[in-house]
This record gives sequence, C-alpha cells and structure tokens, in this order.
Amino acid sequence: MTSDRIEDFERSAHAHETSTVRTVADEFEQALSAAVVPPAVGASFPLDGISVSMDITTEPSPEQIREAQTGVTPAGLGIAEYGTIAIQSRTAGDEPISLYPERHVAVLCASDIVPRMSDAVEWLETEIDAGHDSVVFATGPSATGDMGALVRGVHGPKEVHIIVVTDR
Amino acid sequence: MSDVETRRRTAEQIRTLLETEGESVQKNTSHFNRQQYEVTENFDQYEEARTRARAIKEDAIEHLPELIEQVEDAVTANGGSVYIAEDAADAREHVADLVGDATVVKSKSMTTEEIELNERLSQNGADVWETDLGEFVLQVADETPSHIVGPSLHKSRDEIAQLFNTRFDPEEPLQTAEELTDFAREYLGERICEADIGITGANFIAADSGTLALVTNEGNARKSAVTPDTHVAVAGVEKLVPSVGDLEPFFELISKAATGQDIPQYLTLLTPPVGTPTLDFETNDTLESSNDRAFHLVLIDNGRLSMRDDPELKETLYCIRCGACSNSCANFQHVGGHAFGGETYSGGIATGWEAGVEGLDTAAEFNDLCTGCSRCVNNCPVKIDIPWINTAVRDRINQAGDDQFDWLVEGLTPDEEGSIDARKRLFGNFEMLAKIGSATAPVSNWLMNARPTKALLERTLGVDRRRSLPSFERETLRDWFDARGGSDIADPRREAVLYPDVYTNYVHTDRGKAAVRTLESLGVVVHIPAVSESGRAPLSQGLISTARARATSVADTLDSHLDQGRDVVVIEPSDFAMFQRDYERLLPAKEHERLREQSYEMLEYVYGLLANGADKDVLSRGEHIAYHSHCQQRTLGLETYTEAVFEDLGYEVVTSDVECCGMAGSFGYKQEYYDLSVDIGDDLRSEFTDVDGPIVASGTSCLEQLESLMSPRVQHPIEIIAPDNY
Ligand code: SF4
Repeated sequence: MTSDRIEDFERSAHAHETSTVRTVADEFEQALSAAVVPPAVGASFPLDGISVSMDITTEPSPEQIREAQTGVTPAGLGIAEYGTIAIQSRTAGDEPISLYPERHVAVLCASDIVPRMSDAVEWLETEIDAGHDSVVFATGPSATGDMGALVRGVHGPKEVHIIVVTDR
Repeated sequence: MSDVETRRRTAEQIRTLLETEGESVQKNTSHFNRQQYEVTENFDQYEEARTRARAIKEDAIEHLPELIEQVEDAVTANGGSVYIAEDAADAREHVADLVGDATVVKSKSMTTEEIELNERLSQNGADVWETDLGEFVLQVADETPSHIVGPSLHKSRDEIAQLFNTRFDPEEPLQTAEELTDFAREYLGERICEADIGITGANFIAADSGTLALVTNEGNARKSAVTPDTHVAVAGVEKLVPSVGDLEPFFELISKAATGQDIPQYLTLLTPPVGTPTLDFETNDTLESSNDRAFHLVLIDNGRLSMRDDPELKETLYCIRCGACSNSCANFQHVGGHAFGGETYSGGIATGWEAGVEGLDTAAEFNDLCTGCSRCVNNCPVKIDIPWINTAVRDRINQAGDDQFDWLVEGLTPDEEGSIDARKRLFGNFEMLAKIGSATAPVSNWLMNARPTKALLERTLGVDRRRSLPSFERETLRDWFDARGGSDIADPRREAVLYPDVYTNYVHTDRGKAAVRTLESLGVVVHIPAVSESGRAPLSQGLISTARARATSVADTLDSHLDQGRDVVVIEPSDFAMFQRDYERLLPAKEHERLREQSYEMLEYVYGLLANGADKDVLSRGEHIAYHSHCQQRTLGLETYTEAVFEDLGYEVVTSDVECCGMAGSFGYKQEYYDLSVDIGDDLRSEFTDVDGPIVASGTSCLEQLESLMSPRVQHPIEIIAPDNY
C-alpha cells in the first residue's frame, strides 16, 4: 500500500514537472550527490541515521543562498494526489533555501506521504497546534505566464527534484 | 452628457479595445476557461467542494464581527499588530505611516489597488516595486489591471518586449518570454533583497491562529513576505475564515477555477511574525533566527460591512477573486476588464464589488455588459449567483435614472416601475410591442425596418440600425392553434402545456407549430393557454418588479394545468431558464419548486418521450446538423438532450462551443454594443463555416445572430425533427 502511494506521488510529481528518485537511507548520500549541482546550500536533515559528508553549506549566509545553484531541504509531507511537498518554515532557513537557488532538492520520507489534500490539512492543523505554524505547499517549479508564454523558474526554482527515502 | 453622446462614446471605447487589447485578452481568458472545464471535469469532488466552500463563506460572513475580534487577539498574541481601516483613505494613511520612505516590495493584491496604495506611498518618497510579473509589467507601463488574476493579460509578448526594451534599454534587446522573465526575475530579485518592507495581500486569513494563506505560482509572495524583516499584509475583512481547517475546499478549488491548474505552485501559509530567519544581504551574517521580525495586518472594511447587511450584495463577499466568471464571459473575453470593469474589479462579479466599495455610479458604467447569459454560474467555486447580482444592481441603477423619451414608449410602459429609461422599457416590454406588431402586420414589419423608422429608433432609443428587427406574424401561434380546434388525439400518453413564449407566439410561429405536431405525433395532448410573457424581457433590463408581476401571472395561469398533472414544455431556452432558475427569486418557494419540477425544455421532453417508448419513426431523419445550443440552456446542462435526440435519429451533430452567440436577448440591438456583438458572433460563425447540413439554434437571439452573420435560414431543432407528413 505504501509503494502504491509512492507511485501515485511520483506520477503526480512528474505531471508537475518535478523529477523524483527513490533511495534507502544507506544509499542516501549517493542519491543526494547525484542530485546536487554545486555550489549547494542546505537546511539540516532531521533524518535518523543519515549523515551527509558532501559539500553542502548549512547555516549559509544570504549571499551564499543567492549564489547557490542548489538548495537542499527536507520536506515535511508529500501529497500523493498532487505531487506536492510541504516545506516548513524553520529557523534552519528551509524557506529561503528552497526558494532562491535555481534547483531545489527536497528529501521526503515515504512514510510522510499522505493520499490527499484533506490529509495534508489535517496534518497542518496538528502542526499549528504544536506551534509549527508556517508552511508552504509547493508543487513543481515556480512558473509564470505573464510574459506571453509559460516560463518556469521565476522568483522560485526552475527545477525541483525529490528524493524519496523509502525505508523511512 | 446626453444618452446619445454616452452611447457614442461607449461604442467608440469598445471598438478601440476590440482592436487593441481584444486579441490578447481573448487568447488568455479562453485558454484559462478551457483548462478550467477540463480540470473540474476530472475532479470528482468538484460539486462537493463547491458546496463546502460556499457553506464556509456563508458562515464566515455571518460571523464576521466575531472573526475580526478573534483575529485581532490571535495576531496580537503572536506579536503582530492589527488595524481595522474604515475606508480606503484610512487604510492608505495607516500603511503610509507604517512605511514612511522605506523601500517596499509588493506581491499581487487587488485590495491594495482598491485603496490606490502605491501612489500614496510614493508621495512619502517610498520606493515601491510590484514583484508579480504581471503587476510589474503594468507598473512599468503605468496601466491598470484588466483582469483580477492576470492583471496584464491584455498585453502581448511583443508589447511587453517593446516596453521593457524602451524602458530598461538592455544590452541585447529582450524578445522571448524566457528572456523577459529572466530579466524581470533578476531585476526584481535585486529589489527584493534590498527591500525594507514586504507588502502582500492575503487570499484567506484564519481567524483563530492569525494564519495567512497566499496563493501564487511565481513564488514572489513568499519572497516578499519573508525576505525583509517587516511584513505588512493588506486584506479586505471578507477574507477571514474561522480556522485553517476551513481552507481545504479553497485549496482544492482556487487554482482550478482561476487558471485551470489542478493546484497552485505555492500555497503559502504564514503565521507571522514567522520563525524564518531574515536575510540581511547588507551584513551578510549567517542565517539566524530573527526575533526582530515585525508584522502588521491591515484589514479593510471600505463598504464591506454594509454589503453584509445588503441582501443582494452580501453574496459578493463570498467571492474568492479567482476570475473564473470573467474567463467564461463572452463579452469579457472580447473586451477585457478595461471596458468590463470599474475602478478596481472587473468581470461578472465586478458589478457587486464596485457597487459595494465604490458606489452605484461606478457599477453603472459597465453593468450593461452582463447579458445575464449565466455562463459564469457553474464556474464560480462558491456558487455566487452573479447574474442575479447584476440584475439587482441594474434595478437600482434604473430607479436612480431619469428619462427623456417617455413619449415614444407611451403605452409600451410597464406601469409597475415608475419613471425609468425609455429604452429599457421598450426592450422590457417586448410583449406589448409584439402584440401591436402582430395586430398591424405586415405594415408594422415594413415600417419597423424602413429606413426613417430605423434612423429614429437609433437616434432616440439606441437601437442599432444595422440590425434587422423581428418580423411579426399576423396569425399568432395561439390563434392558429385555436382555429384548428386545439389538440385531440386518440389514446394520449401524456398531456402538456406548450408555453407560448413571445417569440414563438408572435415571431417564429413555425417552430410552435412544429412543436405541436411533434408532441401530438408522440402521443401528447397539447394545450396552449393565454399566458403572459415569462418576465425574461423586463428582468434582463433590470425591471425586477415588472418581472415579478409577470412571473406571478404565469404561475397563476399555469396553476390549474399543474394541478391536473400536465407537463409544461418550453421552446425558448431563456424562458425555460426563468422557470428553472430565476423564478426562485421572483416567486414563493413552493410555487417555484412545482413549476421547476414539472417543466421541460422542448428537446429534453422529446428525449424523455422517446426514452419512455414513444415511436421515433414518426420523426424526420437526416445526416448532418450544425447545432448551436443556448447559453442558459448550457448552464442548465440541457444541450445533451438535443444532441442525443438528433443522434438517435441518425444525424451527425457538430455542436458549437463558444460561450455565447453575442446577441443574448436585446444586447445585440443596442447601438453601443453592436460591434462587440458582431465580434463575438464571428467566433460562432467561424465554427460553422465548413459544416455540412442545416444550422439549428435553440434560442431566438442566437438564431437571429446566425442569420444576420451568415444569412442561412436557421431553425429551431424541433422544426428539423418534426414529422413531415402530419
Ligand atoms: S464571483 Fe466567483 S467566479 Fe467570479 S471571481 Fe468571485 S469567486 Fe471567482
């Protein structure tokens, strides 16, 4: 059932111009380094048993965020129906890190994928009760049609890539 | 200004917009509209989500004063400030005080347009930048939005390129959408990084937690809100809902309705002051949690709390500003919000907004552009009855108007409405005109279409001389029916009242006769009572009390027939829509309910008879047919019955999919709208240029439009399928 849900999530993500890859915790670092275009900035990963030795600047300065090619952040939740991820607003800077660089790499635990928007809103309510009260549901790269044709990568990233950690 | 002069100017403005902005507006809005149909069709919970969204808004507006108090408490407890601004000036001054001469980046907000914020901030020496690319284009061009969601969609890529190349003089001239976007991203990126203050609107605000929901595709709202350390959010009080949990149906609906995307790129929920570290590009220290973030919520009344007490305008407050009503509107698709809009808001719902926040005068300037075709009704995610709001406001405008040409319409005047515009009374009392026209036909037909009469009608009442006027029959349908001795068939399966609408009774009597023959041959005994016009004509002119009187009279006349279990069959779709939809506002609930349940559109009824075993072999067959349904019929989902009956009889059917033929009742007769009407009609014409077989149209207006544009003979579907030898 979980693997169906991952599939649904991947299908929706692809429909929204988002690439995905599956990995397990043990092979996470390889998946990450394949996904990252340097220079990269990142927010810390609250993933059990995962350490990252590659060169990702955590606690970056604003200038480093602006100059980074890739921003790496965890995703708090995935919505299978839309391929949406929830980026939480944490003091580690997930919000600007996911938004400024051209490429956003998000790390999503398979167990955090819910089927529908209604589940995500329920999750949101409990998050708000717990005091985590700011989040963005992001679906695909940023886009505009205001210049006469659809263009990706406006104020936000041009590319979004999601690493789904299947054993977490 | 005299009426004649006003009409001339309106016509002039519309012609100019058709030439300059029409193409871009049409391309963009019809694209959104098509996508919207597609995405909602594939969304199983569409109706359920709409019902929930509507209920949440109804409840929120009902409890608005409590929600305002609640949000004040919540935001203050979070460490932010709340200001309730009484009107636009109050809001403007308050924000100007907060901003001073700071550098400001703004994300898209119609509410800040409503209070004309940017000009006021600039007076203080503030540097203000719009970060939404559409708004940025308008800022550079010094223009106003032409659409609630796509403010600059009236501009083509070429125009934008030209504008940017002139204004910014880049080393390489900008050309493609990609180049233009990259340029704007860079340019505005700088502004965002430098800014002291970010101003955003809010799509929704949860009262219990003070959480704002911002919906964007570009990501600019997120950047503007969290990059600078001060965030000012400006929103109308109607944006409040009780809590975040209430937002779910809106998350599902808003982008589907607005642009036909299944979900927006970014649904941002901020509970400011947020914990996100601020980005200080000047000191460039590493990120750290900032405790010095400031947040100010400015909630604006500006007429909204009075709208809440106004039974007709109240619904406007449920609006989530998705623009779906604009996208589905044929008139809007052709001229956009610079004609079909007021000071701030545009499209179908703009009449409600402008009447509420600006006043009746502003609403009056464009209210006529709503033809009441009702195509927006199913598209509104919160089920607002937009045509009704437009009618109700039109009624108020009428009451406030004066009159110059009373003498011309003496005797054509419905008494109930007192002294209102002569033209409205002329079109509003088409039944009287038809009676006189028929009694004096053929002289009246000749006279009405004679050059001097047409010139007089144009000069005095603004009836465009290029339109031919309906031609009345000397023998009405009812006279014919009575003369043949009514209806008498052996072994009838049902009894029906054929509703003799004014057009069928006086103008297109052939379709009435075809209807009688068809019904009888399918085993139905027909009655055609002397029953009044449905009220459609006065209603479309905003003459509500006349329409109500007509509705009451129709209901009274049909009462005994309904008692006897007779079905009511209606040929003219706009009259059928009266029985189904509009009478809800005009009749007591029980009477409306009964009539709604017992009435059928002509081909819907035929479909039902065939499905219940009537013999289709008596009907006429053919090979090809080009079919134009009718706007109100489509809103009620009825065109499928006509298609099904034709297909059942072996026809191959090509159905038009333009929203509206452009005539919509009396609209195309009006001098100032003639060009627009023809422009819209042209889309319909081009769908039918290469089709085989006869053209049929369900509505009289559509039929007249098609005949005048293409000069074929256009018939009602019933005339095609009616038995040959009867
Ligand atoms: S009236 Fe309905 S369709 Fe029109 S903008 Fe408002 S919510 Fe959207």
